[in-house]
Amino acid sequence: MTLALDKPRSPRRPSVRRNNLELASWLFMRISGLALVILVLGHLLIMNILDGGVHRINWGFVAGRWSSPFWQFWDLSMLWLAEIHGGNGLRTIINDYARKDATRFWLKIILYVSMVLILALGTFVIFTFDPNMDS
Amino acid sequence: MSAEAVEAARPARRGTMYRGVPGMWSWVAHRITGVLTFFFLFAHVLDTALVRVSPQAYNEVIETYKTPLVNLLEVGLVGAVLFHALNGIRVMLVDFWAKGPRYQKQMLWAILAVWVVVMVPGVYFMLERTVRTLFGGGS
Repeated sequence: MTLALDKPRSPRRPSVRRNNLELASWLFMRISGLALVILVLGHLLIMNILDGGVHRINWGFVAGRWSSPFWQFWDLSMLWLAEIHGGNGLRTIINDYARKDATRFWLKIILYVSMVLILALGTFVIFTFDPNMDS
Repeated sequence: MSAEAVEAARPARRGTMYRGVPGMWSWVAHRITGVLTFFFLFAHVLDTALVRVSPQAYNEVIETYKTPLVNLLEVGLVGAVLFHALNGIRVMLVDFWAKGPRYQKQMLWAILAVWVVVMVPGVYFMLERTVRTLFGGGS
């Protein structure tokens, strides 16, 4: 790729500072990452380590947690931040390693479809879950 | 210098492979742990979605998470996520803290030390029951 300087002596440099999506993506990774440190490490600590860990998890355990708006909000924020943070990371990796434009294009289409699917399904489940389903 | 002398003056061929620097390997590990976690998240949202299907369907799948092999994979997942989180904090300090770039290598050793300190009790609590039922003969 050749570097083409657009009007190098013009006082304003269009499209350099304005609408910088990669800068927004870079900043998002750090802000969401900071929140995810708390959300995900807290989630792993509760689900895998404390009080018997994974062995005490069953449908009733999930129903008990999701009857509280606090944990519903926790899991919803974690779902959205983790999926977009991870999806953006994978987008970077596809951009780095895909050699052909067609490969890059289709890998990203698969990635975006999977992200929409996971976000829609996860959000739907959190909002429509019925803790009294078994009674 | 004769051709033989030039050949002799060269360092031995052995050990010339590029081994990178710790900062490069932390970058590689950050990518690998991130990708693994992202793929697990995909599976995890699907399995959790079964709570909406029926209690039986969810319980059946969650039982596989309690088998020894998957239990071991969970230790790997927690280790990967913990490294990614700690190294992510290190990356943010390198980016936003004025002295971050100067101490990046020391911060890498520091986060690896924190990783070990957290993982030792973590692995104990995650595997205690599995090891006890596998080898302890009890319950």
